[in-house]
Parts: sequence; C-alpha cells; structure tokens
Amino acid sequence: MSSPHQSSSSVEHHVAHHFKDGEHEFLTAKQGMWLFLLQEVLFFSPLFVGYFIFRHMYYHDFHVAAQQLDWVMGAVNTVILISSSFTMARAVSNAQKGKREETVEALLFTILFAFGFLVVKYLEYSHKIHAGTLPGHFFHDAELLKAAPHAPLFFTFYFAMTGLHAIHVIGGIGILIWILMRARRGEFGPKYFTPVELTGLYWHFVDLVWIYLFPLLYLVG
Amino acid sequence: MSTAVAGTNYLNYPKGLKSWLFTLDHKRIGMLYFFSILFFFLVGGIFALLIRLELMTPGFTIMGPDTYNKVFTYHGTVMVFMVIIPMIPAAMGNFILPMMLGAKDVAFPRLNLASYYVYLFGAMVALATLFFKGVDTGWTFYAPYSTRTGSAAGMMVMAAFIMGFSSIFTGINFIATIHKLRAPGQTWTRLPLFLWALYATSVIQVLATPVLALTLVLLALERVFGIGIFDPALGGDPVLFQHFFWFYSHPAVYIMILPAMGVISEVITVFSRKNIFGYKAMAVATFGIALVAFIVWGHHMFVSGQSHTANFVFSFLTMFVAIPTGVKVFSWVATLYKGSISFYAPMLYALAFLFVFTIGGLTGVVLATLATDVHLTDTYYVVAHFHYVMVGGTLMAFMAAVHYWFPKFFGRMYAEAPARVSWFLIFLGFNVTFLPQFIAGSRGMPRRYYDYVPEFTWLNQLSTIGSWLIALGFVIAAVYLAYALFKGPKAPANPWNSRTLEWESESPPPVENFSHDPVVRHGPYDYHWEAK
Ligand SMILES: [Cu+2]
Repeated sequence: MSSPHQSSSSVEHHVAHHFKDGEHEFLTAKQGMWLFLLQEVLFFSPLFVGYFIFRHMYYHDFHVAAQQLDWVMGAVNTVILISSSFTMARAVSNAQKGKREETVEALLFTILFAFGFLVVKYLEYSHKIHAGTLPGHFFHDAELLKAAPHAPLFFTFYFAMTGLHAIHVIGGIGILIWILMRARRGEFGPKYFTPVELTGLYWHFVDLVWIYLFPLLYLVG
Repeated sequence: MSTAVAGTNYLNYPKGLKSWLFTLDHKRIGMLYFFSILFFFLVGGIFALLIRLELMTPGFTIMGPDTYNKVFTYHGTVMVFMVIIPMIPAAMGNFILPMMLGAKDVAFPRLNLASYYVYLFGAMVALATLFFKGVDTGWTFYAPYSTRTGSAAGMMVMAAFIMGFSSIFTGINFIATIHKLRAPGQTWTRLPLFLWALYATSVIQVLATPVLALTLVLLALERVFGIGIFDPALGGDPVLFQHFFWFYSHPAVYIMILPAMGVISEVITVFSRKNIFGYKAMAVATFGIALVAFIVWGHHMFVSGQSHTANFVFSFLTMFVAIPTGVKVFSWVATLYKGSISFYAPMLYALAFLFVFTIGGLTGVVLATLATDVHLTDTYYVVAHFHYVMVGGTLMAFMAAVHYWFPKFFGRMYAEAPARVSWFLIFLGFNVTFLPQFIAGSRGMPRRYYDYVPEFTWLNQLSTIGSWLIALGFVIAAVYLAYALFKGPKAPANPWNSRTLEWESESPPPVENFSHDPVVRHGPYDYHWEAK
C-alpha cells in the first residue's frame, strides 16, 4: 500500500531517444493530440453540415420529429458529461501533482459518469426502437410519418450523430480504464503525466461535441 | 534503444525479419511503404494495361462491359488510394523528412508504424473485394449507383475508410515533426522546399481525409440499412455525396501533386547548381495551392445539377489554382536559367515533369472554364488531363525521387545508361498514350465505356501502343534498380553534391540518422556557400 500523498511517480519514464527532454516530448505529444482533435472536428463535420442542409430543406418535418426526443433525458446526459469533464480535469491536475490515490479516484468517477451517460443513451435508444422512430427504412411510426413525411431522415441524423458520439464515449472509457491502471501503478507524476493530459483533452472534446448535439437535436425543435 | 554500432547502418542493424516488421525507425517504415507501394503499383499497372488492351479495337476485344467496369474501377482505386496518395509522402517523406530536419525520427514512431499497418490492412481489404464479385462503381463511388449495385462496393469503401486513417496518421506525424524536431539552425526559412510541400500536404491530409472517411461510412450504412441520406427515394440527396466526396477528393489531388512539386524543387536546384529562384514565393505558393484546394471542389459537379451560381463561383475560384501553380513553374524555369545543368536520371525526370505537368495544368484551366467543361465533362479529355497531372506529374516526380535518393536509401548507385533508356521510353510512351486521348476526348469520346465508334480506332490504338512503351520502360527500370540494389557500386555520402541535410549523413544512414548531432549553418540550396 502506498501513502495517500505520494509526491512523485514510482515508475520511471524514459524519454524517447529523439527528444531533448521530457518537456520536449510532452509538448510534441500535446501538439499531436491537438492535430488529432482537429481531425475529429472534420470527421464529425459532414453530419453537422448534412443536418443543417436537410433541416433547412424539410424544416417542418424536422421540427415535428424533434418533438419526439425527450429533452429531460438529454439534459440529464449533459449534466453527467459536464460532471465527467470536471472529474477528468481533477484527474489531470492530481496526476501533475503526483497524487496517485486522488488521480485514480477522479478517473474512476469519470468512468462511472461515462457509463451513466451510456445508460441514459440506452434508455433513449430502446424507447425509439420500441416506438419505431428509426432511420430510413426501419421507420415504422405511421402516424408521425403522416404528419412529417421526412421524419425518418431526422432520425437518421439523430442516430448517426449520437451514435458516432457514443462510439467516442465507449472508446474513451477504454482509454480511461487503461490510464487508470497505469495511474494505479504510479506511472504519473510531475515529470510525466502526458497520457493523462492527452486523455483529458480527448475527453473534453467528446464532452464538447455533446454540448453541440444537445441543443441542435433536442432543443431547437 | 538501439544504439549505433560502428560500421552498421539502418539496413543491416538490427537484423532479422522481426526487427523489420516491428521497427519504429522511420527509415525502415519508409522502406516498408516503398516496397508495398511498388507492389500495388504493379497491380494497378496491370489493370491499366488491361484497359488499354480492351480499347485496342471497338467492341469486345478481351472483355465484356461488366468486366471492363470492374477493371477500370480497380485501376482507379488501387492507383489513387494505394499508390499515388502514399507514394511520395509515406514512402519518400518518411525516410527523408526527419533526415532533412536533422532529427533522429518522426515525432511519433509508433503512430508511424501503425499508419503502415493500417494502410496495409486497408489495401488487403480492398484487394479482397476481388473475391466477392468485385466492384464496378469507379473510384468515385457515386451514389445512388454505389448504394444499389450488387458488387462489393461496401467492402471497398470501408477499405478506403481504413486507408484514410493511415493518411491522417502520417499527416499528424509530419506536422508535429516539422514543428518540434528541427535541428539547431534549421530555421523556417532554411527548410527545404520538399518539407514545405510535405507540410502543406499533411495539412490537407489531416483536414480533408476525415470528411471522406465519414462520408464513406454513411455510404456503407446507406447500403446496409438504407438510412436515406443519399437516397432521393427516402428524401436524401445524391448530389450531397458528390459535395462531400469532392470536398476531400479535390484537395486529395494536391496530396498527390504537392509532394511531387517538392521533389522537383529539390532536384532542379541540385542539378542546376543554383539556389531556387524565389524561395519564399515557392513556399507561399505551396500553401496557396493547399488553401485554394479547399474551396474549388464544385468544379467536379458542373453538370450534376448544382445551381448556376455555384457553378459560376466554383469556376471562378478554380482559376486561382493557376496562379500559385504558375509561380512554381516559372520559378523552376528561372532556376534552370544560367544554371550548370547536368542530365542525370533525376534531372531528366524533373524536366519531363516540367513538360508534361505544364500540359496537365493548362488543360486544367480549360476544364475549370464552365462553358468548355460542360462540353468536355466525362470525355477522354478529362482522363488525359488528370493523367497528365497524376502520372506526368506525380509519377515522374516519384521516379525523380527514387533515382535521386536511391544512393541514400540503399548505399549503392544505379547505372545511368539504362536509366536514360528507361526514362526515354516512359516519357515517350506517356505522351503517346495520353496525347491522343485529348484529341479523342475533345471530339466527344466518352470515358468509362468498353466500346467506342470506329472513328476513334486509330487514336485508341496509338494510346494502347503507348501503354506498352510505358510498361517496357518500367520493366527496364525494375531490372537495373534491382541489380543496383544488390550489385551496384558503393555510393558516397553525397554523390550529387547536394546541400540538404540528409546528404551529410553516410549512405545508407546509421540507425540514429547521423553519427554526430547536426547543426545547420546554411540554406538548403547554398551551393557556393564554402566559396563565400
Ligand atoms: Cu478538382
């Protein structure tokens, strides 16, 4: 058992041979992460562009279809994700200070929030599968179809956008678990906390995407 | 970490197949890319020869229309995604970029290796579609045909999706490397133009590729689940697919051509023994092209039913590509002016590039012009144009790069005489193949058909004969390069008297790239620096 306020990492990190020092390595890795996130923005962009175009084309139908979404569920998930971003930020700052137990704890909470988000998402999805408000050919809510013939397209975007986001959440959970195990081994401290920092950047990005999805899908209807 | 042992180099240390397959050394990863790309180039080339053979006579020659559709689809897909896009950045760039910077490796060696295996996996998936009835959509996968055809189009777009990530990884790696791993003294204004070109290319790779990636996912979902985004029957819009597709694929042609331009800049200065004319203008023009790349995609869609306003705007904007491109061409020509030119194989390819790329570029202006394009759309004129840019531009530059850096890669010299013969055959064959296609196209011969009216027979036969000349040229190149690889005379560290940093190291370089930590004290093309 280690002391609760361990001040430095117990596993030594070796700086790769092509870097001058740890700081050089850290800054380079961070730039790489930012570039990756830039790529992510463009990865999501066709869905946003497509959503705006079709919303403009079938304004009425998208308006009617959006009423089917439960904004309370969306709001709950927004709160959950923002909380997870907060605990993630705590994990980063604790890792920087070399506080092993606190880092592990904050990461654990982040993972729990992420699972909480997925549970709410699961409830929403299963409700839609039940109601038949599904993408394209799978749509079978006859009443809604009469009121809004292009509602299936709205649900195409709903599932594509939230689905792609959920995949990012699931991927994030995998990374968080890996980081948590490394944190438990005491790999992070003031000299080396790059993976925690990068995971933090990624996690905030996933959070930010949701911050856009929530009003766009649930509220503007 | 592997440390340099006296007398060893990256090729012979460490030893063993495993040390190659799991290598983190950028030079070895570059070589893995290099030989994989050569293999896929052979595959794509065989498909090209089959196309030309079928078009030898009107009507059925060696295959029917359905087979023909598949053959040109594979030619296009293999050449675009597996050959031309990674050809210069991933193979040449991987090896040369850190060395030109004076770095020991790229910023993220593991990401680099991952990018190679992602590429290889994607390429395997793409070729595997051959065993699932093949793909007949053309490399552009236009909806709604691609969402309905019974062939393995879904699998093929997933292959392109996978290979896209390889391209993104390489782009991220190169940008971070150029920013963070420059040797002392390697300032931005001393950066060789090849690196400026790779930088601009990487920006496009990182910003454009993800758009295609997601679009292809949507296309695959459309095929499997009928989600309706691109299907007019479900309220979707097939033209939206074209917009998304060309938002990537127009910049993608600059992923192909910018690194080629970078190579040409290096080769032309070295073999003219003169500093490049207008270094800063060249660097700015490189980024100018990359920037304009993102706002011209609609020129592929003049007859797709997009609005007249959009057509007009895209036609107008496309003209701007000609400005930075013109700056480059004039700059190369001005560099040649009063230079002491030597005609070694790299230079011959660079001069061939100047000649054919200029034709490719100028016919691009013809196609960018709205009125002429409506007439020329989907004719062989377009086919000739982009082959003049892709083959005449990128492939010529690739051959220049292969000959230029061959001594550095392998520590041996190739034989100059057969290189010149092979260059002549490729250059001649290229023009014999594609010049007639301009004529056939401007007279209305449509592309993508296995058949044509008899009037076009002689033009097509000329074109087919040209394709054999190219093939012969490449066979000769394969033979003398393979011979040089094993039996060629030992290369000195700097056989061309270049000034860029990679030539300061031994040929082939040691594992750590340089036996001393390099410091840069002069510009990349300062040939008369010592005299000063
Ligand atoms: Cu274009």
